[in-house]
Amino acid sequence: MQLVCPAGNLPALEAAVDAGADAVYAGLRDQTNARAFPGLNFGDDELRAGISYAHAHGRKVYLALNTYPDSARLAHWCGAVDRAAALGCDAIIVAELAVLDYAARTHPALPRHLSVQASATSAPALRYLHERFGIARAVLPRVLSIQQVERLCERSPVPLETFAFGSLCIMVEGRCQLSSYVTGASPNRHGVCSPANFVRWEEHADGSRSVRLARVLIDRFAADEAAGYPTVCKGRFDVRGEVFHALEEPTSLNTLELLPRLAQAGVAALKIEGRQRGAAYVASVTRTWRDALDRYAAAPHDWQVRATWQAQLARHAEGHQTTLGPYHRPWH
Amino acid sequence: MKLSLGPLQYFWPRERTLAFYRAAATWPVDIVHLGETVCSKRRELRTRDWIALAGELAAAGKEVVLSSLALVEAESDLAVLERLVAEGGTMIEANDFSAVQACAERNVPFVGGPTLNVYNHRALALLALDGMCRWVPGVEQGHALLRELREAASADGLAMPQLEVIAWGRLPLAYSARCFTARAFDLPKDRCGFRCIDHPDGLPLATREGTPFLRINGIQVQGEEITDLGPELPRLRELDVGVLRLYPQADGMAEVVAHFDAARRSPGAPPPIGARNGYWHGEAGMRREHAPA
Repeated sequence: MQLVCPAGNLPALEAAVDAGADAVYAGLRDQTNARAFPGLNFGDDELRAGISYAHAHGRKVYLALNTYPDSARLAHWCGAVDRAAALGCDAIIVAELAVLDYAARTHPALPRHLSVQASATSAPALRYLHERFGIARAVLPRVLSIQQVERLCERSPVPLETFAFGSLCIMVEGRCQLSSYVTGASPNRHGVCSPANFVRWEEHADGSRSVRLARVLIDRFAADEAAGYPTVCKGRFDVRGEVFHALEEPTSLNTLELLPRLAQAGVAALKIEGRQRGAAYVASVTRTWRDALDRYAAAPHDWQVRATWQAQLARHAEGHQTTLGPYHRPWH
Repeated sequence: MKLSLGPLQYFWPRERTLAFYRAAATWPVDIVHLGETVCSKRRELRTRDWIALAGELAAAGKEVVLSSLALVEAESDLAVLERLVAEGGTMIEANDFSAVQACAERNVPFVGGPTLNVYNHRALALLALDGMCRWVPGVEQGHALLRELREAASADGLAMPQLEVIAWGRLPLAYSARCFTARAFDLPKDRCGFRCIDHPDGLPLATREGTPFLRINGIQVQGEEITDLGPELPRLRELDVGVLRLYPQADGMAEVVAHFDAARRSPGAPPPIGARNGYWHGEAGMRREHAPA
């Protein structure tokens, strides 16, 4: 299985390569990708340098072009596809039909990976996108159980990539409008979820803190309570008179213990989330997964999860908690 | 301009559902969407029941569309989809690419549902080639986006499919593999006890300061507010919107349909009977005055 790691800037890309990523995925410094955060992502020169560094080490660079352009902005997304081809990216990660179609027609030799944002969860859906746009790989939304992933591996017309570790979107990717309902800025259209310029923290006299997204109260934290980034899905709300994480606790996905099953199912690549995280995160998480994958490849039958791996990954998890998320039934 | 009943997003008892559609047969709606779009475990009406109901409503003079699940996960979900397409005898609302593929393979025309994520004229044209004859934009696609899309289609010489706009109801905002209703009752999804059947308009979710915010509906999250595009009717006409979609709510649907029926026959705009839809105006979806300043 290939290890596909995130990079929000050139130091992170180099860190991923140094730590053993087989491929690194990155985005341009605009709204063409789903991590369009200030200070993040690549200009052409940085991307060229990153590709050069990766290729010198025998690794690949994928460019995420996985947001949804409206008609007025479609030409800009097509221009980004041209840039990816000109700069020598090894693949583009795309969600939107018109962008896929443009890429397939204009740069047929540039492999097209279906982004998780395309919300394709079944063999017929993948067949449609494969037959029409020649996708070479698909990234699965974080909604399927391990059994469903195994079955889909048997039936999919293309190799599959699954999320292995990182922040957990609990909604079907590409199908969540919670951010835009509150702020007007959306993952699909603007490449952002709960953008920081809408976040407002309030300190109270007793040391507690409140956090709002636009004007909506997402959570309150006691003085000694750890506070996470305020996305709607990880806030505490009142349902039936009880206040709790009504949608999901702040926790990260960690599928390390499923590694043998994912390998046996024929999953082609494991994806690490976190282009918004720094080079230290990328290096540490990549190194841990590299070690786990190498030891599995060397001796699949003797492979066991190591406590040191899990401890290392937990350090980088939201709230220091991890979950198997949708891969195991009880989560559903 | 036609009126449609969108698919019932909630889980109602069998008799209530059947009574609702018996009544709907007498309302001035032109199009009725049937079928389960949210959770495949909801089986008060089985696939054969929905298909039979489709036949009855068609006999009563309605155009019937069978709507597919927004999130297809299991082989059994695909089997239901295959049956709707092969045996439904009517148009399908495709709410994911599994359904698009199922329709395209059989040359069955389809409605592109709001979760297909079509944002531009080229994507629309690609789906039209595969048989999409009507399009329901997602909740984020507002007036400016649709106007630009129409202009771009025209400039490229592309025919627009008929446009159906969500005119009234709670907006579907998100879908998950997780059931939030089961979570609220501290039940595993596999043994959820179908608690959503007790919440015919969804389960209210409020902020910690008591401001109503969202509705939980199984694996779906909706906005709390019932949005209303009635006051935008003149602009909807300018955009050549062919169908106004009204999402079923538990109470007062006959009156809502009557309101929009009168509105479509009048030249001006009706008074509002719901919240302003911010998305339509290029803003946040929820009402700006919704939360305290």
